[in-house]
This record gives sequence, structure tokens and C-alpha cells, in this order.
Amino acid sequence: MSLKDKVALITGASRGIGKAIAMELALMGSSIAFISKNPLQVEQTEKMLQNLGVRTKGYALDISEISQLKKTIDDILKEFGQIDFLINNAGKTEDRLLLRMSEADWDSVMNINLKASFFMIKFVGKHFLSRNYGKIINISSISGLTGIPGQANYAASKAGLIGLTKTVAKELGPRGITCNAICPGFIETDMTQHLPLERKEKILKEIPLGRFGKAEEVAKLAVFLLGPGGDYITGQCFIIDGGLLA
Amino acid sequence: MAEKKSIEERVKNIIVEQLGVNPEQVTPKARFIEDLGADSLDTVELVMAFEEEFNVEVPDEEAEKLQTVGDVIRYIEENLEEES
Repeated sequence: MSLKDKVALITGASRGIGKAIAMELALMGSSIAFISKNPLQVEQTEKMLQNLGVRTKGYALDISEISQLKKTIDDILKEFGQIDFLINNAGKTEDRLLLRMSEADWDSVMNINLKASFFMIKFVGKHFLSRNYGKIINISSISGLTGIPGQANYAASKAGLIGLTKTVAKELGPRGITCNAICPGFIETDMTQHLPLERKEKILKEIPLGRFGKAEEVAKLAVFLLGPGGDYITGQCFIIDGGLLA
Repeated sequence: MAEKKSIEERVKNIIVEQLGVNPEQVTPKARFIEDLGADSLDTVELVMAFEEEFNVEVPDEEAEKLQTVGDVIRYIEENLEEES
């Protein structure tokens, strides 16, 4: 399979699942535009993708700055000429018991995980509409399906992404645009690295496959959906969790 | 530069092209959805085409109010920067 003539726009591509998706897509030949917060990491990711021989450009931006998003997307369109895939991956946690969770904890997680994704879809969606083509993937989480103690904000934002995904699929489907969500379980990334050891061991016991997932495994699912295999799939939420929710 | 067409003419041309309707149907009173058979996404695309043609930006809350051909012509006449 080749995705050589495609341009992907990925948020949060300098670490974890976003980085893995960028690499897998680059291996398929796609051009990669990405937005990440940290300028140094943007530079490193750009180099890494260039080494895979694809066209790439990173944009250092905090995506919760909605007023900057549209301009950045316009810049990307000028640079790449088109966008075929939008992967809303950037996400953050600010775990705390609900009874101790502050307004800032709530807002910062909602703004990155949900609000910025909505605006990315809104701004890129117009471009998709003008081409009658586009594939959107929102990286949700099993937290949004089952709830996880300490993650009231994160779980709500990820559940919100699922509602957003289904609405976008219905609104833009008539123009050949698809939108799906991926709900990863526990994946080996920076986000899960800081889990206390006892907690990790407890979780592992509940995962039928007996291990955390790899970012590459999530990326391969994303690439499948973005490739021809995903052409007739929209509005769905794909759980990839080693059987945790089975 | 080609001869200058009126705003009304340019608006009509875009509508004819985007919606595939007959030019005679595109009267100022014609409503996009009810009379010209547009769906809601067509109206979004139309506004995008007007924005491009006239180099204006139509805010979402204004775009919702543009329901007839005449609404659009009036909006553009009122909001068009001097073209020269």
C-alpha cells in the first residue's frame, strides 16, 4: 500500500502515539505536516521524518491557542497545497480526584483534547469540503468509554471526542469525508510511564494480552483507516486495548 | 483585465456553477435551499466561493443569514472593500 500522494496533518506528533502515526504514514510515503508545542521537539521530529525521505514541516504551536490555529492551517495549505488526512492526536492529562480538581485542571485538558480538535476539524473541514475528500481520525481513549478514577476531565474530553466523531461523520459523510475515533487502552508512552508501579501491575493483570500496547500498534490501526481499507468506515470508535474491555 | 462584471452577475455565475441550476432560476428572491435545491453543505460551499471571488471573509453568524440570492448581493455590496 502506498499513500504517496497524500498529505497528513497530525497534532502532537513529536511524542508517543502521534509520533508513531507520523512515522508509519511516512513509511507509506505520505507527506507530513504536524503541529507540536515544543519548538525543539518539532525540529527533532522534522529531522527524523526527513530521514525517512518524505516531505515534512513542523509548526510549533500550542493548539489551545485557537486564534492561531486557522492561520497555521492556512500556512500548511500554502506549503503543501492540500491536506488529505487530519489526525487529532494532541492530548494531555491532569489527573486528580474530582473533588480536588480545579477549574484550571478542567479547562486545560478540555481545551487541548476536545476544543482544539473541534476547531481543527472546523478549519480543515472547509478544505475537505472543497475537495469532496478527507479522512479524520480523533485519538480518544478507553477512559472516555469506561471512566477512570482521577480522570474526570480527561475521560469527559475523550468521551466528548466520540460524540464529535459521530457528528462529523454524519455531517460531512455526504461529501465523502470520513471521521473515526481510536480508543487506545494502556499504551507504552510518556503518558503512562509515570503510573505508579503497583498500579501498573494491577492493570497488567486485567489485560488479557498481558502487556501494554505499543504506539506503533495504534499507528498501524490509524494507517489502516486512512488507507483504502478505511474507505467505507465512518463514525466508528475502535478500541485497541489488548482485550482490557473485552 | 477582463471587462468588469457587476457584483450581481458574478454572484449569479457562482451560484449557477456551484448548484448546477439554470441562470433564469437565480433571481434575487430565490432561496438557496427551498428554491434552488441546495443542501446545508452546499450553502457552506457557496459562501466559501463568494469569499474567494470577492476576497471577503463572511463570519459564521452572518453566513447563516444569507438565505436568498439578494441577501448575498446586498451583503457583498455592503462589505466589499474598494477593488482597484
